[in-house]
Amino acid sequence: MTNVQSIPSPSIPSPSIHGEDRAHEADHPTSQVAKFGADQPLKLDCGVDLAPFQIAYQTYGELNADRSNAILVCHALTGDQHVNNAHPVTGKHGWWDTMVGPGKPLDTNLYFIICSNVIGGCMGSTGPASTNPATGKLWGLDFPIITLPDMVRAQTMLIDRLGIDTLFCVVGGSMGGMQALQWTAAYPARVFSTLAIACSTRHSAQNIAFHELGRQAVMADPDWRGGRYFDHDTHPHRGLGVARMAAHITYLSDAALHRKFGRRMQDRELPTFSFDADFQVESYLRYQGSSFVERFDANSYLYLTRAMDYFDIAADHDGVLAKAFSGIKTRFCVVSFTSDWLFPTAESRALVHALNASSARVSFAEIETDRGHDAFLLDVPEFFEISRAFLQSAGTARGLNRAGG
Amino acid sequence: MSLQQQTLPFTGVEPHRTENLRSDHLLVAEMVQSGSKVLDVGCGDGELLQLLESRGIDGRGIELSREGVNRCVAKGLAVVQGDADTDLINYPDDAFDYVILSQTLQATRQPKVVLENLLRIGHRAIVSFPNFGFWRMRLQLLVGGHMPRTENLPATWYDTPNIHFCTIKDFVQLCEAINVKMERAVALDLYGRPLRLNLPWWFWNMFGEQGVFLLTRAEQGK
Repeated sequence: MTNVQSIPSPSIPSPSIHGEDRAHEADHPTSQVAKFGADQPLKLDCGVDLAPFQIAYQTYGELNADRSNAILVCHALTGDQHVNNAHPVTGKHGWWDTMVGPGKPLDTNLYFIICSNVIGGCMGSTGPASTNPATGKLWGLDFPIITLPDMVRAQTMLIDRLGIDTLFCVVGGSMGGMQALQWTAAYPARVFSTLAIACSTRHSAQNIAFHELGRQAVMADPDWRGGRYFDHDTHPHRGLGVARMAAHITYLSDAALHRKFGRRMQDRELPTFSFDADFQVESYLRYQGSSFVERFDANSYLYLTRAMDYFDIAADHDGVLAKAFSGIKTRFCVVSFTSDWLFPTAESRALVHALNASSARVSFAEIETDRGHDAFLLDVPEFFEISRAFLQSAGTARGLNRAGG
Repeated sequence: MSLQQQTLPFTGVEPHRTENLRSDHLLVAEMVQSGSKVLDVGCGDGELLQLLESRGIDGRGIELSREGVNRCVAKGLAVVQGDADTDLINYPDDAFDYVILSQTLQATRQPKVVLENLLRIGHRAIVSFPNFGFWRMRLQLLVGGHMPRTENLPATWYDTPNIHFCTIKDFVQLCEAINVKMERAVALDLYGRPLRLNLPWWFWNMFGEQGVFLLTRAEQGK
């Protein structure tokens, strides 16, 4: 978590210093890129064939001779492929440095780690911030609506391109966990094990409500310009900043906010009797909002939140979740956090019950922490220990251990 | 805190062990055919599951305590957090070859329903429990006039998780009442040694410190 910084009020900041970098990354990512031509369209759930398109991805570690040690990391809503390297726009360290790397639970000495930017994202995979080859202009709202299954379908094309038949593991938290579950439900034979963290098989009404709040904040910003802000050289940084502030509250918990900030004042002893950011928690949220808009495209935020809203695995199986996983051979580990109220333990438990009903091999651990939904991104030793043990056990079953990785 | 931990280890007197394995676990493991699929209900910190997996058995577990579950998962075991009283209904019929309830029956709210679920989910059930008819228990109530406490069951009546104690005789009667067939029954003495097979029930009920039963559904019409 970042240090609290004072932001002058009224805040959500001014034009971003990284705006050009961000726009450049959308078409020309600082990543490996898999390009798919007109002959290989991505068949979207909305009925559109997206072609041509590209997927930006990063890999860490080495693929073994059997091609049996590949782990796909699926990123969360505002994550990207830069799991374990400096971010090309912000320069900050990789978003899952705690989990991925030599000697870490997702050990790059043992496994070949792949992470791709989702379709609809803004870090190099085709999305609303990319150039539409048919017009030569940015897609904006002309980009078709995408779904979680679309994201996963695109990933299967990338995995095919990399010559990998079966993934050793698909790992993800939050929206990444949803992708991992979608992978397993849709392509069970291609997933040896699944590590699904702080997620759900469907997006709840409350979560859809929070997303709608965020989208309305973006669209209420005059600089959004009906989604064509790039034509006017603007970016709805205030609306997107507010969206991020609201979302960020849902990633934390009452206890964590209280422990971290309480009612403490920011760089002052007494209230200013104004709407300045008197409280540390206000200042912190403004900082979260402002740093986010520097690296993220507003339209992409609309598309990705929408994709999560539509997600409901059971709906594709007559409303019966167990049917999605019937006869499954994949080994599961499901992890939730006690203070996560965005994806509460009850959601994970419902998944576990469905997996039990399918006689799947499943481990389920609820980890006690007050750090809320974001706990999966933080230094939570018990979570690392469980992830490591699950992968080691699955690796033994897969014949990875002692094979030289 | 796991039920197993409360009923067995940290009492000062360790349960009887052979090569660092608990004798009741060895007995249970010996009852399970290799290559079968097993659910351990109330699996504690996974010691029995590890023993079973080391013998090529596909083991799964349910454990009530979060700490127990997390220790199991950190050992790579397929264990989920759950309650024998409420979560067994989520398992389909005939999902396992064996369902094990080790030192947990006396802590369930509805032992009869739990037992019925074990034999719905598994073709066979293996149930072990402390025998409240053990002579030391009887003596404490008869002479001491207070609820029995032993090295293996140290909790006082007001803080014990064990709310449904029974004797070996009681358990046999329950099996008969719900039409469950006993394929094998073993009583272990205070040192974890099986009592001789040819002894009468009343002797087991008096001198067995715990009972271990291999159960199966009685055939239709019987």
